[in-house]
Amino acid sequence: MASANAGGTAKVAPPAPTPRKSVTGTRRMVAVLFLLPALVLLGALVLYPIGYSLFRSFFDSSGDFTAFDNYKTLFTDDSILTAIKNNAIWLVVAPTVATALGLIFAVLTERVRWGTAFKLVIFMPMAISMLAAGIIFRLVYESDPDRGVANAVAVSVHDTFAESSAFPQAHPSMKSPLKSAGGGAFITKDPVRAGTPVVLPLTGVPPNEMPDDAKAAKAARPDPDRVTGTAWQDFTRGKGRGEVNAPDTAEFGYAGIKVEAVKDGEVVASTEAGADGTFALPKEADGAQLRFPASNFREPYNGVDWLGPSLITPAVIGSYLWMWAGFAMVLIAAGLASVPRELLEAARVDGANEWQVFRRVTVPLLAPVLAVVLVTLMINVLKIFDLVFVIPPGSSKDDANVLALQLYNSAFGDRDAGVASAIAMLLFLLVIPVMLFNIRRMRREGRR
Amino acid sequence: MTTQTEIVRAKQSVGGRIASALGGTALRVFLVLVGLFWLVPTIGLLIGSLRTSADMSESGWWKVFGAPSQMTLDNYSNLLKDETITDSILSSVMITVPATLLVVVLGSLAGYAFAWMDFPGRDWWFIGVVGLLVVPVQVALLPVSELFGEIGIFETTVGVVLFHVAFGLPFAIFLLRNFFAEIPRELLEAARLDGAGELRLFLRVVMPLGAPAIASLGIFQFLWVWNDMLIALIFADSENPPITVALQQQVRFFGDNVHILAPGAFISMVIPLAVFFAFQRQFVSGVMAGAVK
Repeated sequence: MASANAGGTAKVAPPAPTPRKSVTGTRRMVAVLFLLPALVLLGALVLYPIGYSLFRSFFDSSGDFTAFDNYKTLFTDDSILTAIKNNAIWLVVAPTVATALGLIFAVLTERVRWGTAFKLVIFMPMAISMLAAGIIFRLVYESDPDRGVANAVAVSVHDTFAESSAFPQAHPSMKSPLKSAGGGAFITKDPVRAGTPVVLPLTGVPPNEMPDDAKAAKAARPDPDRVTGTAWQDFTRGKGRGEVNAPDTAEFGYAGIKVEAVKDGEVVASTEAGADGTFALPKEADGAQLRFPASNFREPYNGVDWLGPSLITPAVIGSYLWMWAGFAMVLIAAGLASVPRELLEAARVDGANEWQVFRRVTVPLLAPVLAVVLVTLMINVLKIFDLVFVIPPGSSKDDANVLALQLYNSAFGDRDAGVASAIAMLLFLLVIPVMLFNIRRMRREGRR
Repeated sequence: MTTQTEIVRAKQSVGGRIASALGGTALRVFLVLVGLFWLVPTIGLLIGSLRTSADMSESGWWKVFGAPSQMTLDNYSNLLKDETITDSILSSVMITVPATLLVVVLGSLAGYAFAWMDFPGRDWWFIGVVGLLVVPVQVALLPVSELFGEIGIFETTVGVVLFHVAFGLPFAIFLLRNFFAEIPRELLEAARLDGAGELRLFLRVVMPLGAPAIASLGIFQFLWVWNDMLIALIFADSENPPITVALQQQVRFFGDNVHILAPGAFISMVIPLAVFFAFQRQFVSGVMAGAVK
């Protein structure tokens, strides 16, 4: 029976011929009974809504005919345009990166004995809800580095490579000999002379944020061979400022603050102040202006604003990758298992290194699997809703907008059924190629 | 030919073995790091759910490694005393169980009909169902909510279940029809000769033989419905929502309520994770079959 069919495909009109005739000689009534419940539900809740959405998309929110106005709105409304733009970013980035990660993991774990355990860990997030994943990542992305793990890591990495500044709020007072040098630095108004101690008063650092080793500020001793001076907090608690522009005993030195001597825009010498705020620069500094570089005053690094308007979409995509890289990995690993060993071995024997084997043999053989994974993820990403609904805080919700969320807002927030239906049709339009692909594949398989 | 191969192998074993051993260690370290990286978010949630809200607002969950005494089950016991949460878990069960069973039953019936019954246009009908695999649920949200409103099942458990069943069916029929079609014809014919009727054939032969596919489908659909938020958000009774929606309502006040959100999220994950670990193989084969969805 099967062989007769295999030879007879040519005469058969589409769809596929019938390789399996009924074993039972079924009465039609029975077939109808078996199919009816499923087909009624599919018709009423899947098929009918497509037709209704198409029809409804030509009418405005109050039900008047507006032809294509709702579709024009899709490409003029700012909020919907943001959604389209973000969906495009999602579509390009998320499936590609998830597939790439899946491919890397699948290939790397292939020859590791505990590869299965690793795969289990990567695959596990697929089992939980996007809502739970959203809550998990809301915690991960919290901006306070004492609470969100992403920023805790970012800050500790940053502080390992770049020293944090000690005097973030310090600034010259009104009658100070210092002026702003732009970019957060401060510079003396006049050139300094060796032998004449320089006073560099600043204010603005809260007492509890002064460096721990800061001591009472001292006036620097004059030294004819060097430029000396004091950098300190010119502010005495309780009695205001004490003597202006001169260190009082109750005032503290800016221990460790950096001082540069600048001549014609070039740094000729630099040093750091001692615990009592005094510093000494070599003779070259004579006639230069002294500058506090901006690094003294930089705000402490607090990590990345993951949930802020500019990073919110990449941040949410990150949480999606956490969930779906495992899906790509499992499918690709299954594909990998069916790659004939001999082919890889032959390539190795021919002198190809591991990278060449991967690039020239493994990937081309996996191409069909990679395509299926990519397409599946694209359909999935097109409909992305929960993560975008849950992760962004109110302030960056608009910047994270995607089509599925916009549809929800248009339909159930703005109560604009016309625009909501137009968005629905746009989503539907985008899956039609995949739908046709599935149907073609089905018919091919049926004919076999 | 053989000698050539041997020479190449020998060459590799001289310097290559050290290199590959080093590479092997680096690979293992890399994989362990990636694995940890993947686990950290979940561990953070778990530990967060075991600390008091005071500790949580004071410091990150990783500080618990220096102070294990901070761990407490208070959040969980408080949460399980909270009726909105316990009711929502019950509500999730009331939605998930019928939605899963119905998809399995209706999908099996239709899958069997498409595989073994003879009626005009059978393959066209089946191709139509396959076409519906990728229809986004979003297309149906508004039309179906209006439809349900008219027949009075909007914001009821019945409505949510029907919606889930309808959107689960294309995959169910696709999966089961393909699996049932592989059943050897002789088995069915033998049962037929023994005088089994259509229903008997279906219940006694097809369903038992299709058990692996049915298990995959059931697990897949169970997780899908349990984990759903969007459909429940629109179609479920807002007075008695399932756990995902109940938690989502808490997300709006994110910050002061981590002591509710973290254990709540973890409770909502316990069932899917248990199902996942218990039925890994079926889950994976369900995922693979569903790659067209």
